[in-house]
Amino acid sequence: MTQTALASTAHAAELKEGLPGIVADWSSDQRAFKNVPWGKAMMWIFLLSDTFIFGSFLISYMTVRMSTQSPWPNPSEVFALVIAGQSIPLILIAIMTFVLISSSGTMVLAVNYGYRKDRKMTVIFLIVTAILGATFVGMQAFEWSKLILEEGVRPWGNPMGAAQFGAAFFMITGFHGTHVSIGVIFLIIVAIKVGRGDLDHQRPGFMTGRRGTYEIVETMGLYWHFVDLVWVFIFAVFYLW
Amino acid sequence: MAHAEGHAHTAGHAHAAPDKKHDVEGQQHPLGVYFKIWGLLFVLSAASYAVDYFHVQGYLRWGLILVFMMLKAGLIVAVFMHMMWERLAMVYAILVPPLLLLVFVAIGAFEADYTFLTRGTFFGPPAQAAPAAAKHK
Repeated sequence: MTQTALASTAHAAELKEGLPGIVADWSSDQRAFKNVPWGKAMMWIFLLSDTFIFGSFLISYMTVRMSTQSPWPNPSEVFALVIAGQSIPLILIAIMTFVLISSSGTMVLAVNYGYRKDRKMTVIFLIVTAILGATFVGMQAFEWSKLILEEGVRPWGNPMGAAQFGAAFFMITGFHGTHVSIGVIFLIIVAIKVGRGDLDHQRPGFMTGRRGTYEIVETMGLYWHFVDLVWVFIFAVFYLW
Repeated sequence: MAHAEGHAHTAGHAHAAPDKKHDVEGQQHPLGVYFKIWGLLFVLSAASYAVDYFHVQGYLRWGLILVFMMLKAGLIVAVFMHMMWERLAMVYAILVPPLLLLVFVAIGAFEADYTFLTRGTFFGPPAQAAPAAAKHK
């Protein structure tokens, strides 16, 4: 405890909690976000802007669905799969949900092992996360091709009901799938950086002169969890509604 | 957290795993928390799938879907994204602005209702009267 008292001078000691803490942080010089690396704060702000992008998509979807006179296609039936002769509603989407949640779990383990400087475990969990993400994208590609080729769904119409269904579906899941794909690419990049010891030896990245640290694993993790978070909302309001 | 961090500053890097961090800005928590939340997310996802599988309808359906959705989102943001351990200045800066989306939802709903009614009035089938067309949903 004495050591703690001695050491906690520069960073954590004088920070207030609660409402006075908010006021003090925001009115302080230099930086409002204390105890957070700048990269992480910037990632959060990017995610906030991304929240509004996906929010706008989902609200537009709500608007077209509420305003159409034709019946909306029943997602439970549209996304059913026939397995062993039985039609199981929404099963592919359920599996995709579990795959993405699992990838979030492995990502959080990668972040944790990263902060312990356990290089091997970090790489393993980053790769597992990337594989699960690629699996998700693969299942989505299967879902799209089934919808386009077999069910005849197009952005301007479909045989099942309201014409807006296709436009909303392709826009929302397409944008989400793009996010997952970009995430997989960056997971692989971060895994390579960790694996060859860039972070242990604080080598700068290819686009920056700043020294590499294990914080980039957590920043990567924030992006990945956000992708999972968006899927939670898409799953609820597009597939289940 | 703060204690371990302070310790790492004085004692240097020659300690057990949690003390090895080079600065105060990391998020280090026991793995058990993550596994519990992981399990909870699986349970909640299975529950929301069950809502569809067992054809729950009406207000109960929308209520359950929204509750499970918010619980999952909350768990991911709070624990997986470490928001519950961040300082309030950052928590509020990130979590309050999305509430504006609720205003957009309200505006969108008003607009959609209006569009629905005018479509019924102007584009409804000629044989049907406008009010009858408006009820067809």
